[in-house]
Amino acid sequence: MFAETELDLLEKIIRQGLLGALGETLLMTFVPTVLAFVIGLPLGVLLVIGEEGGVLPLPRWLMKALNALINILRSVPFLILLIVVLPLSRLLVGTTVGTRAILAPLVIAAFPFVARLVETSIREVDAGVVEAAQSMGASPFQIVWKVLIPEARPALISNFMVALITIFGYGAMAGAVGGGGIGRIAVNYGYNRYKPLVMYFAVILLVILVQLFQSIGNRLVKKADKRIR
Amino acid sequence: MIEIQNLSKTFHTAGGEVEALKDIDLRIEDGDIFGIIGLSGAGKSTLVRCMNLLEQPTEGRVLVDGQELTALSPRQLRKARQSIGMIFQGFNLLMQRTALENICFPLELAGVKKPEARRRARELLELVELPDKADAYPVQLSGGQKQRVAIARALASEPRVLLCDEATSALDPKTTRAILELLRKLNRELGVTVVVITHEMRVVEQICNKVAILDGGQVRETGPVSEVFSNPRSEAGKRLVLPEGEKIHVLPENRLVRLVFDGAAATEPIVATLAAKQGILLNILAADTHSLAGKTYGSMVLGLPQDETEAARALLYLREIAGVTAETILQ
Ligand SMILES: Nc1ncnc2c1ncn2[C@@H]1O[C@H](COP(=O)(O)OP(=O)(O)OP(=O)(O)O)[C@@H](O)[C@H]1O
Ligand SMILES: [Mg+2]
Repeated sequence: MFAETELDLLEKIIRQGLLGALGETLLMTFVPTVLAFVIGLPLGVLLVIGEEGGVLPLPRWLMKALNALINILRSVPFLILLIVVLPLSRLLVGTTVGTRAILAPLVIAAFPFVARLVETSIREVDAGVVEAAQSMGASPFQIVWKVLIPEARPALISNFMVALITIFGYGAMAGAVGGGGIGRIAVNYGYNRYKPLVMYFAVILLVILVQLFQSIGNRLVKKADKRIR
Repeated sequence: MIEIQNLSKTFHTAGGEVEALKDIDLRIEDGDIFGIIGLSGAGKSTLVRCMNLLEQPTEGRVLVDGQELTALSPRQLRKARQSIGMIFQGFNLLMQRTALENICFPLELAGVKKPEARRRARELLELVELPDKADAYPVQLSGGQKQRVAIARALASEPRVLLCDEATSALDPKTTRAILELLRKLNRELGVTVVVITHEMRVVEQICNKVAILDGGQVRETGPVSEVFSNPRSEAGKRLVLPEGEKIHVLPENRLVRLVFDGAAATEPIVATLAAKQGILLNILAADTHSLAGKTYGSMVLGLPQDETEAARALLYLREIAGVTAETILQ
């Protein structure tokens, strides 16, 4: 069905480049996800506590600005954002191609999304529990660290996985513009050189990885959530 | 001591202004178990939330142990709140913490070291009679157990006052009694002043020594429970104490007696027995009783006979029944 040479090529790729590509893919997934949370988590918390009547009301103009920033960044399609932001990568990491170059655009694309995910997770925390903490004399800072984040932990873990899988998808897309990883194998061989076998192989690998992330995520959530049972 | 001085609270909503509280003056003495009773929307929750400033009053002053809460900085207020415990209808436990960790929470806030906090938390679990539930998560507890944990948590910082907003409204009658019993015990043994918000007379009857009747955002009357409930003077008080007031007005010359069932054997035989054995006929004018495990809880209003001696005999009989309190009501 497939030409002998294509099978050979696949074998060669598996033997020589696969492990490296897998490593790159994981790097391009986990590093930006974690960085996106470093920015998105405090931002998402602020979106909830900074509201009027929130735990730590912030000036209205500031809340409007934060929301506008997030909405604008979220409305730009990833591929466009990637092209716009790539020059920034030259400043940050000295190159616009390869795995490292793709990190900055990934983080910039992901953190507003993560901020919204965190916002919804935090909003799920029962207002009565926050009120109880206030009645015991908790400061806004204590409410964030001891009530909001711990109580939202299962939702946060679950949304971490959502973000991870989305960023994983972005990373694969970045293969088209010089990003590394399994996405690049699919684009380079499967698309550019028309080797469908290699492309299918890459796609199946991506699907398996997503399934793996999701089932690990589900397990972590189940373990973390003390409301179950 | 809690002193509330011409307190008003107005909510500004999209649909206009809501005057939830109007010019409230109230004084709750140390050691009181003070009931605040009123119908839904009367402003009870708003009032109790003003006592620890979860709700900022529009006007007036709130003093707890002489300290004017309404004049404190946010930081001082947080400190003051540590000596005012509060429990809620919905328990409001931290769902991701065990019972023990929930009780440790206020101690953590106050900066108590972990081993010391856990030691105190265990003592408190002991006090609320749940020593074996230390490691249970809230989902694994019944409503009554959750409220016990919430009580222990509220007491952890050794408050002088415990505010209870409909603390038993989500519980069945039997569990309600047990929780109220616990509150009474804490009041007696620790000397905590307890403020009980409720819409149920039974709750006030069971544990309060004083009561205020709240209606339309105003305190309509206040005083010792026995006085207010046996001789309500305000319209709101009469409506509350004499259920279905209109029916009762049909017999203006009759004296009424209010029976409070606190675990009596049964209700029917009381009236039937009086008729059969003593030949005294009583009118049941209103009844709100519940049976639980063969025992009766709740209250009932009976019309006494016109004849003075018959009425006295009936009262004598009623007062001798175990688990029943009989109070005559002046109309
Ligand atoms: N945050 C709020 N914003 C606007 N109106 C409010 C708010 N809280 C309470 N109110 C209004 O104030 C009035 C008193 O409410 P409150 O909750 O104190 O009553 P309640 O006596 O506790 O009633 P219930 O027995 O139903 O709990 C009601 O008319 C209510 O709609
Ligand atoms: Mg209420």
